[in-house]
Order: sequence, then C-alpha cells, then structure tokens
Amino acid sequence: MKADEKVTVEEKLGLVRFKHGKESHLSVIAEDVCVRCEGKWCTTICPAHVYEWSPEQNKVIVNWENCLETGACITGCPYANIQFQYPKGGKGVEFRYG
Amino acid sequence: MAEEKFDACVVGAGPAGIAAALTLARGGADVIVLERGSAPGTKNVMGGILYRKMLQDLVPDFWKEAPIERPIAEEQAWLTSGENVVKLGFRSEAFAKEPYNSFSVLRARFDPWFAQQAEKAGAMLINETTVLDVIKEDGQVVGVRTDRKEGDVYADVVIAGDGAISWLSKKAGLQPDRPFPAEHLVVGCKEVIELPREVIEQRFNLKDNAGMSIELFGDVLRGNAGYAFLYTNKESLSLGLGVMLNDLMRTKQKPYELLDVLKAHPAVAPLIKDGEVREYAAKMIPEGGYPALPHLYGPGILVAGDAAMMTNAAHREGSNLAMEAGKLAGRAVLEAKARRDFSAASLARYEKLLEQSFVLKDLRRYRKLPHFIAQSGEMLTVYPAMANMLAERFLTVSGMPKGEEQLAMLKETLRMRPLPRLIGDTWRALRAML
Repeated sequence: MKADEKVTVEEKLGLVRFKHGKESHLSVIAEDVCVRCEGKWCTTICPAHVYEWSPEQNKVIVNWENCLETGACITGCPYANIQFQYPKGGKGVEFRYG
Repeated sequence: MAEEKFDACVVGAGPAGIAAALTLARGGADVIVLERGSAPGTKNVMGGILYRKMLQDLVPDFWKEAPIERPIAEEQAWLTSGENVVKLGFRSEAFAKEPYNSFSVLRARFDPWFAQQAEKAGAMLINETTVLDVIKEDGQVVGVRTDRKEGDVYADVVIAGDGAISWLSKKAGLQPDRPFPAEHLVVGCKEVIELPREVIEQRFNLKDNAGMSIELFGDVLRGNAGYAFLYTNKESLSLGLGVMLNDLMRTKQKPYELLDVLKAHPAVAPLIKDGEVREYAAKMIPEGGYPALPHLYGPGILVAGDAAMMTNAAHREGSNLAMEAGKLAGRAVLEAKARRDFSAASLARYEKLLEQSFVLKDLRRYRKLPHFIAQSGEMLTVYPAMANMLAERFLTVSGMPKGEEQLAMLKETLRMRPLPRLIGDTWRALRAML
C-alpha cells in the first residue's frame, strides 16, 4: 500500500497482524441502549472502526477482529454499555513495528 | 502456574515493568514478569521518541547494542494553517553525537531487547499470559490470577505496569473501578511508512544515521486538541497524531480520517511520497496528569508508567517516566524485602522516592496543564493561524507602505484574538507550566 493511496481504515487494518481466538473479547451489553444513544460515539472514536451502526439490523455491529486494544471505547461509550476484556494471553493484535 | 512464591510479580513487559524487573533481579530478588502478548512489544505502541537519560541509568551505553532507530539531531515544530506552515526548529551537532539526547524507536523491536536485559539479570519472563485479577488475603495483595490453567502466581509484591487501561490497579483499589474520563485520555494512531535510507536522509537533510522529529500543531488537527508527529526511523517514517478523546467525541471526527488529512497536507505529502505503508497502529495515552494520579501503592502492590498516568504531554515524555518509576518501584520493593514488610506503610517508600525524583516533581509542576490542554482546542488552532497570517503578511510585498501593513497586521491579530483574551491565554499557559 503506497503512502499516498486513498484507502479505507479496513484496508489499513489489513496490514496489521492478528492472532485471533474463537471468541470475541468485546461485546455490547444491551442493544436497546445503542438504539436510544444519540451520539453513537463508539462508531467514530475507535481508531480501528470496530463499531459500526447498522440501520438494517437496528444495532451496533462489533467487528472485534479489527480491535487494536486501545480501550478508547470503554470511555467513549457514555452509557458504559461496552464490555471490553483483554484477549486471552497470546491472542489479539500483534504489532510488528509498534 | 508455579508452586513457588516470588519476591515480586511484574504485570506487563513495557518500560515500567521491565525497569522494575531489571532493578529487582539485579538486587537479587526472585522476579516474574507476566506479558499478555506473544512477546514483549507486540501490544505496545508509541509515537516514537525515547529519551536517553533514564535508560542510560539502567543500561549504560545502551545505544551501542539496543535496536534504536536514529538519534534525534534536529527537532522541528510546525504551526499549520490551511496549506501554510510556520516552521520552528533546533538542530544540534551534539545531539547527533554520543551520548545523544533522544532516539526514534519502534517498540515492537525495542521492547524485546529491553526485556532481555531483565532476563539476563535473572528475571523470569512469561509471555502469552493475561492477568485477570489480583489475589488478596486479608486486604493484602499476595499475587495475581491469570488466564492460564492453574494460573495463580503468588508474590510478596505485585507491580502493575499494565498500561493505559490498568484494570489491575483498579481491581486492587488504587483507583476507582470505572472508565477514565474522556478529558484525561488521548487517542493516537500512526502509520509506519517504509522508504529507502538515502531517500529519508535526502528529504530530511540528514547524514550519518542522525534523525529528525517534527511535531505539527494547528489546523491539520481540524480543531481537536493535540498534535501530529513525523519521526524518522532508519528505513521508515512514523507518521501519526494524538488528540484528546473529549474533542474527538465533540467533533465526531475519526482518528484515521484525521491521519488521512495529515498525510495529504502539502507540507507532509512530499516527505512520504512513494513510501510503502507497513503498519497501522493505535494507542491510548493517559494524560490526566497530577490531579488524576491513582494511589501509587497499596498493601502488596505498586503501580507505574501509563497505568499510573505518568506522562508529560508538554515534553512528549512517557516511556522515560515509566522507566524511572519502574526503577524506583524496584528499589522500594528491595528495601521492603530487606525489612520483610510489604504493608502499605512499608511500600509508601515508593512514593517518597518518586517525590524526590523528577517524576512527581514534574507532574506536580505541570498539574494544571492537562486541564489547560483539554480546554484549549480552539487556542491550538487560533495561534498557529495567527503565526501564519503574520508570516504571510510580513513576507508579502504588496505595495502597501510598511506602516499601513503593520497596522493591518495588528488589527488582524486583535480580530483573531482580542487583547483581553490574548493576555488571559498567555497567563493561563504560563501558569500551566511554571
């Protein structure tokens, strides 16, 4: 990927190495809270675009495989509606440069 | 996991944890380090500047063997406004020579080396182990619970160096068990962009492996308080930014879109042209400062580094504070070990040592700074814009007599920031740092 190419964050995340376990380490606690949430901040503050609002499904989709484990969502959800745990030992993102 | 009991259990193989482990192992203590990544550094990200002094205290002449990138010989600050830039800089031949002042660093390469120093001194490093909780007996922390089978680890003291979220210090009761407020956090993201060594040295006017750091302020951050950075590595550039989380929530801008704005800036784009993006990374930086510090010690536990909010945004410091705090934590535990007393009162020695060092002295001196930055998103745009306006008018020969031009510059300055606010801003900025 060239530095001056216009790419999506998903394409950028394609450069990152992950070792995924089977289970998500992230979840939305109560989906109805998201429906009422006026800001849906999780969909904009997360630098890995893990959270995506789906109007069709009327809920937040959690792309946990993209998670860079910053923890921004924990504070960024004003309703404390996101459950975040570190992935199991040895799983998750694996930076090669950092 | 292990039947034996350790003198100390360090959680997190970052700068704080490894500095603690190294100090303890050298002092003859039995120390175990638990790291959740498959190797130290795999979870760790920073903009990329490491100061020399604190690491040198731990590993003399480390630059001769450590995987650092380039010693930083030139530092620049760019004040951006639209497509314009006012550039300030400092270049030092002394910074380019031993013992150097600072280095650009890629953490996934540096951290394994640093951890190795602790291992060589006798510390035991266990990777792929996520710590879930502290184990307490009668209020005293006596170990940690990990996600391994039979994964309880017992130790006289636990040192939490578990990074910006620091669940461990929260579970141990050293800080409230709730998310940090958004105005105490910075969200950062960066790209590592590969370029041939000669191209980097040509574009940045560098030689003999010396490096440059550029920090960018103003418009390029689209009204979010924070700054962007461009650091030269050996054969790559670290290009990224960090902005206050409360501003990101207010402006609803996405961190990676801000990074794209940065990459497209006409002063930045030619520097990264033809580069190959190798990695995209992100990290949260705790910048609540002194008012937001947790309790630094409790019965059987200490906390250091990002986990203890030890950063100094004004001076780009973090990893060096972590190393110093880790070292002092190690020292405090060695003293406690000699006394056979791991109570909170005994471990309070750690805070005393921190108070005597620059760590707490600086954090206290800059205690108003985090609040100032959190409230100053607008100022961080207005003043760079003002500098560009003045530079542009000063340098433009328009045919207007100089006397009229100067009057126009003064009027425009006061339009951008009326005099009472100019004075107020200056006063508050000085008070935040002096």
